Amino acid sequence: MTAIANVSDSSQNARKATMAAVSRATIAELAGLDALAGDAVRVLRAPEIGLVMVRGRVGGDGAPFNLGEATVTRAAVALPDGVIGFGHVLGRDKDKARLAALADALWQAPATRDAVEALLRPVRERIAAETALKRERAAATRVDFFTMVRGDN
Amino acid sequence: MYVAVKGGERAIDNAHRLLAHARRGDPAVPEVAPAQIREQLALAVDRVMTEGSLYDRDLAAIAIKQARGDLVEAAFLVRAFRTTLPRFGATDPIDTAAMQVARRVSATFKDIPGGQVLGPTFDYTHRLIDFLLEAGADIAEPARAAADPAAMPRVTDLLGHDDLIERNPPGDPDAPVPDLTREPLDLPAGRDLRLQNLARGDEGFLLALGYSTQRGFGRTHPFAGEIRLGEVELEFVAEDVGFAVPLGEITVTECQMVNQFKGSATEPPRFTRGYGLAFGHCERKTMGMALVDRALRAGELGEEVKAPAQDEEFVLMHSDNVQATGFVEHLKLPHYVDFQAELGLIRQMRAEIAARAAAGSPDGTTLQEAAE
Repeated sequence: MTAIANVSDSSQNARKATMAAVSRATIAELAGLDALAGDAVRVLRAPEIGLVMVRGRVGGDGAPFNLGEATVTRAAVALPDGVIGFGHVLGRDKDKARLAALADALWQAPATRDAVEALLRPVRERIAAETALKRERAAATRVDFFTMVRGDN
Repeated sequence: MYVAVKGGERAIDNAHRLLAHARRGDPAVPEVAPAQIREQLALAVDRVMTEGSLYDRDLAAIAIKQARGDLVEAAFLVRAFRTTLPRFGATDPIDTAAMQVARRVSATFKDIPGGQVLGPTFDYTHRLIDFLLEAGADIAEPARAAADPAAMPRVTDLLGHDDLIERNPPGDPDAPVPDLTREPLDLPAGRDLRLQNLARGDEGFLLALGYSTQRGFGRTHPFAGEIRLGEVELEFVAEDVGFAVPLGEITVTECQMVNQFKGSATEPPRFTRGYGLAFGHCERKTMGMALVDRALRAGELGEEVKAPAQDEEFVLMHSDNVQATGFVEHLKLPHYVDFQAELGLIRQMRAEIAARAAAGSPDGTTLQEAAE
């Protein structure tokens, strides 16, 4: 029971990690997904622009409060064998939401998972490089305090 | 009183054509693109997102262009846009402790895990006009240094371990979160609702109120415990998916004010906190917000409520610049009938005084009576 739950958890985490990479990808980086999917993909939910209410916490650690909204576009597609993929991405790009749904469906289908992973590998590398660069640039602005030596008199 | 008046259509159409022309400015100067505003006037974009209460950098940039740089008007446009969209739900509360930090400073502790990271700041600049920006000089590549892999805990969490500073109760996870975009603001408001109101409130209003507390109108003895800026991941529980799906990252600014509290009959002396949180890089806004948040807790903490920043109704009912500009600017719209009525009244009062004076009224008291 625990083992099964763990497998399903780790599978869900891997799916979430894929979604996270897709959410940061550009349209150009995802363009190869259409060729992977072929023509038989059904649109379950045409891309739709809407809002999510972004929540914060009182004091950062307390009860939730509503900070403000963000635009989100969502879509859903089904592969011929019935696998359903969902796309939710920040912003108002309908094509990106559709591609995100496609990525989710193709990643869940065993036959195409490796191809999706291969397509996302350069995306992940780019994100990692950009994150590292941001961190290094921030680190260069870190203050190094030093204490002046006190005289005796 | 409002009365429908016809006849202004042609003037209005032509005024809007003239507005579009004025917006463009001198055609010999290249037109600014929304992407340029998004990238190069980023703090204006952040303010419009925060006060428009909608995180969408591209949309805010278009709004700024459309509003000719009038940021309150731009926030108004963004607010109007959001009313056209369905809401899919609410995100999980963002975790600012897990922020990808671009800037983090504390005025209370020098040596904190992760250190003082200045990031892209106006602090310590000389505020001299940089004429190189007019000339278009090349920008130096930012310096790089090895990043500290250690986590950057919130400063208030460090103090919280010793019980020297208040912790915030996590709240009931199943309790509904009040939302002033769905229900009219009801007073007295809980701190959650107040923070939503302040988060979308006007920066200038909150800055002035926060300043007033520093000058003695509801003094709270604040320290900037921590200000942090950076990216946080958004996750949203999509019911058809069945788990929290990542949506992408947003940039937020957080300010933790740390304030004196001398204790009460039931509470030992302890630092209390005021909180500010905003979309994008809005440091001044979050500092003003945190000062006002703390001031509004006066009643809860047993402090005397006597200053404007401590008055919940005064603050919450006047913080929203879209509401405020709507009511103030509506005075520009035709009030011909109201004014005719007032004019008629004044004429009648003057006629009555004149008639009494002509009848030989003894002194000026009738004048005052008539005025009343």
